[in-house]
Amino acid sequence: MAAPLGACPVQIGQYDRVVLGHGSGGRLTHELITQLFVPAFHNPTLAALEDQASIALDGVRRLAFTTDSFVVSPVFFPGGDIGKLAVCGTVNDLAAGGAVPRHLAASFILEEGLPLADLRRVVESMRAACDEAGVSVVAGDTKVVERGKADKLFITTTGIGWAPEGRRLSIAAARPGDRVVVSGPLGDHGMAILSVREGLSFQTELLSDCAPLGGLAEVMLRASPSLRCMRDPTRGGLASALNELAAASQVGVVVREPAVPVRPEVRGACELLGLDPLYVASEGRMVAVAPAAEVPALLDAMRGHPLGRGAAEIGEVVADFPGKVRVQSSVGGDRLLLMLSGEQLPRIC
Amino acid sequence: MCLGIPGKVLDVRREDGLLMATVQFGGITKQACLEHVPEARPGDYVVVHVGFALSRIDEAEAHRIFDLLAEMKALDELEAPDREVP
Amino acid sequence: MKYLDEYRDGPAAKALIAAIDKAATRPWVIMEVCGGQTHTIVRYGLDQVLPKHLELVHGPGCPVCVTPLEMIDRAHAVAARPEVVFCSFGDMLRVPGSRGDLLGLRARGADVRVVYSPLDAVKLAEANPSRQVVFFAIGFETTAPANAMAVWMARQKGLQNFSVLVSHVLVPPALTAILGAEDNRVQAFLGPGHVCAVMGISEYEPITAKHRVPIVISGFEPLDLLDGILHAVRQLEAGEAKVENAYARAVRADGNPASRALVEQVFEVCDRAWRGVGTIPRSGYRLRDELRAFDAERRFEVEGVRAQESPLCISGEVLRGLKRPADCPAFGRQCTPETPLGATMVSSEGACAAYHAYGRHLDARAAERR
Repeated sequence: MAAPLGACPVQIGQYDRVVLGHGSGGRLTHELITQLFVPAFHNPTLAALEDQASIALDGVRRLAFTTDSFVVSPVFFPGGDIGKLAVCGTVNDLAAGGAVPRHLAASFILEEGLPLADLRRVVESMRAACDEAGVSVVAGDTKVVERGKADKLFITTTGIGWAPEGRRLSIAAARPGDRVVVSGPLGDHGMAILSVREGLSFQTELLSDCAPLGGLAEVMLRASPSLRCMRDPTRGGLASALNELAAASQVGVVVREPAVPVRPEVRGACELLGLDPLYVASEGRMVAVAPAAEVPALLDAMRGHPLGRGAAEIGEVVADFPGKVRVQSSVGGDRLLLMLSGEQLPRIC
Repeated sequence: MCLGIPGKVLDVRREDGLLMATVQFGGITKQACLEHVPEARPGDYVVVHVGFALSRIDEAEAHRIFDLLAEMKALDELEAPDREVP
Repeated sequence: MKYLDEYRDGPAAKALIAAIDKAATRPWVIMEVCGGQTHTIVRYGLDQVLPKHLELVHGPGCPVCVTPLEMIDRAHAVAARPEVVFCSFGDMLRVPGSRGDLLGLRARGADVRVVYSPLDAVKLAEANPSRQVVFFAIGFETTAPANAMAVWMARQKGLQNFSVLVSHVLVPPALTAILGAEDNRVQAFLGPGHVCAVMGISEYEPITAKHRVPIVISGFEPLDLLDGILHAVRQLEAGEAKVENAYARAVRADGNPASRALVEQVFEVCDRAWRGVGTIPRSGYRLRDELRAFDAERRFEVEGVRAQESPLCISGEVLRGLKRPADCPAFGRQCTPETPLGATMVSSEGACAAYHAYGRHLDARAAERR
């Protein structure tokens, strides 16, 4: 029988305290979730580690339910702000599961001293994002903490939507022969944030790709009725998303590196800092796995949607090396694409 | 070691006593210190390492490997036994 | 991106590989010196597509990996001080010392910041006159001009709150140490492209003359490395041993004299300890006497800790090209990027870390099982 929580300090990785890497979406985050949270809360829905919980409602529909916290700094960044992110992030987690997002609850933790004008700007941005996404904020909460105890503001959104009963997307559903597609260039959001982070700043017109993807997801599901799963590659980037689905489906995934769309600005910034675009977050893109036969129609449909213009096929699902992702380089060799352990740190070497 | 990336010089100016340049990498720009490559002009490419230009890229030298490859390809085609006679 | 993309071209790479195949009639052992070159080789799988009788071994060219344990501990001691803002290049933050890494120290409340350039650290010092800004000045000769410029600027501005913790290392003494070892297997080197952009290529001529080993100065993209390997193989097959510049688009024979002049004004050569290798005489830089005021070791009077390296770690042999990461029994098991036991796993440029990141330990285990 497992020792009760608190009796034995779990050594997750080599740290006995939380480090930034635990929030990066890579291996440390994964370990924290699978070794601390999942065992503690102990139920099969959670253990499936999907982006949203899918709960039987009335035999006709399934309720999708998810939550996300937003702590991005800076609060206002090129192409968006924490409010837009808070709406889109949760909406997209619901949409990735095949649900139509309906309602959000929003909790705010505000730092003493935050200008009300900034808060108003964030809230108005959330309203605009809700309108675009077709959702409404129907419940909320506000707390204030002393100066220095929160970085301006933190937002948590919890969302619900529902999906038709027959529709069961799952990261465990990928099969050998399936293809992997993305809805557009990757890494815009992560690099837009880095461009305004102190210590790493560079000048760019790059904007975050933050956008609500409910509409695109519906288009995709209509064009590809047997679509297996979708994921929005946020923290940890494409690498995390593909590793999670390879592990859940127990399949291998092969990515053709030259086929992965990345904007020149993102490539340039990644080269400069020694970062790999495959690990950089996007906040307005979907990665999807679909049967090969449905891919042409799927890509057509995606490219016809304003948020899917850059859609491309980037790889396939194979039976070899189950649970692993391989990347084929432009010069013919290939390598394993592992999950990042923690933060991706800029290289000097 | 030594992550040095080639970028295009967009403008050059003196800042705080140092020769600085705006350098473009793909689609982004960043400031780099040009103090030790003062001959670089807008339009030139420089190798930048930790915010510092190390040297100017020599365009002619940069082409050399591709000229070599073209030669190799031409030679290969001459030697290929099943080549069609035009 | 110009001068990058074209050096990653697939068909061009295949043509070079075919040329190498034709040229290499015998087995050869070639070492690429720089961590960045190792990174490219493993990332693009170049060693998978080269003829099997050519062995690529990885060199000690990763300044992050070879920073001695004592220096990491000194960095910790300085960074832990409440008045200090400790600035460093990103990849140093995960290098474990005797008491964890700088990231862990940040989690405990120390002000540790990533900077892209040493000049950013100087700006930080100007903007924060009440704090002591310390910059971790590591690197090979490539980074010395930028680090020197930071110290020089600080002096020009009369900054009282800026200092550097110096752990610079030099390439030629490392090559000499490798070649001088009895069990050396390296027959040719791919030389350090960006080091030579600063230093020029003449320092390598005495090495080729004495040890009869070709040194081909190479760049960092796939075509650069393949071109370098082709030149090296041709020399080896012909029994030649000279210094060749295969990175002439960025490297002039005499390097960058202005950079070297500044480096000589700020630094002087000294003995340095290399993690995993030991002390190599005259293989590092330290601040000149007249600039010692900017030396963080002097300003903060920190004592180094005599730390024990793991007995399992064979990084010394990996750094000298005698073993490959997969040869180490701890590789991928006790020793991983999250729990590195030694020099070559600590930074993403180290051979063991590069292999691990690209999954070579899993490939090796799969091969074992077959």
